[in-house]
Amino acid sequence: MAQAAIPQEHKWWSGGKSPFNVSYGKLMMWYFLMSDTFTFGAFLISYGTIRFSQEYWPNPNHVFNSFPFAGHEANLPLAFVSLMTFILIISSVTMVLAVHAGHNMDKKGVQKYMLLTILGGLAFLGCQAWEWTHLLTGAHHVLIDGQIQELNTTVSHNPWGPQVMHNGELVGTPGPVAFGGYFFGITGFHGFHVFSGVVINIIMYIMTTRDVFHNRGHYEMIEKAGLYWHFVDLVWVFVFLCFYLI
Amino acid sequence: MEHQQLSSAEISFAPVHRDDTVRRIWKTTIILSVITLIELALGFGLAKDFFGESHGWILFIKGVICILSLAKAVYIVSIFMHLGDEIRNLIMTIVVPLLLFVWFIAAFLWDGDSWRSLRKTYNKGNPAKHEQVAPKPASEGTLK
Repeated sequence: MAQAAIPQEHKWWSGGKSPFNVSYGKLMMWYFLMSDTFTFGAFLISYGTIRFSQEYWPNPNHVFNSFPFAGHEANLPLAFVSLMTFILIISSVTMVLAVHAGHNMDKKGVQKYMLLTILGGLAFLGCQAWEWTHLLTGAHHVLIDGQIQELNTTVSHNPWGPQVMHNGELVGTPGPVAFGGYFFGITGFHGFHVFSGVVINIIMYIMTTRDVFHNRGHYEMIEKAGLYWHFVDLVWVFVFLCFYLI
Repeated sequence: MEHQQLSSAEISFAPVHRDDTVRRIWKTTIILSVITLIELALGFGLAKDFFGESHGWILFIKGVICILSLAKAVYIVSIFMHLGDEIRNLIMTIVVPLLLFVWFIAAFLWDGDSWRSLRKTYNKGNPAKHEQVAPKPASEGTLK
């Protein structure tokens, strides 16, 4: 990490200068993101507390093992979520390339990379919509009060409990209800961040097209939108870790 | 190419712009992708019970995946978000408050674990599904 070289005898705190050498807007974006980190952190830690408190927790590799168009029998753990993860990483790369183009006052480059970033965000949201639909509508046979019933995964149902023997067959039982609540709650909160990030990026794209930043002489707004977008990617690293990997 | 102006009169000097920015972006992309692939390989190993039944060994693999995720976070924040290029005081006002997470994670996972051992101790067998009512004493009728 190479930090900027600070000229000697530079009086930071005598007024009229930003002591951190960044504009107010960018500094406040950093502090907003830090507070948002604590919001997400609190959600994920509460999920961890409940998960640690349970004797049994569903194995993510049994819950998330489907892929679009692969049929109901497909058993592909981690496949779909890897696709989502790479979509988000690539959209983060196109975002940082847009910021770089902005540094060089390259309007065409900013437009091109912002458009790619928006497309990446929409692709991610599409994947998440498919995943939610799959869980909410996919019914599974579970043993409830001695009878086989169909159960889907919602905030109040969890068909992914421990398996028991019933009439010589292995059947699932209902699992901890908190599983669906935390999954839909946290991925939903993250998905809402992605959605608002896409909206912000679309606004930035329109402003770029209308030469707002070019006339202003700098593309700093793209940097601020970029900070938010990278944060969305950063949160996904931990959502991916907590819900799918471990 | 022309260069952008300073975005605010309060900024003392332009942030450093390296000539190798694009190269650095692609290098970071490759690092992030490789770390993700290693995580996926380890996660796939866990899915296929490749690491056996040993609880300690599985916990160790999960710990490795957590550390790899933290490494990804550092790369994203430091290179993609350019926090590594900001001046030291700004970095510290972001990073130091995050140390609260050390206590936050440790305390709450500990709490969850203690909750589970309380469950184990006091909640043996299946919990009652319905309210338990004591059976009526047989001698009730004779008292009148």
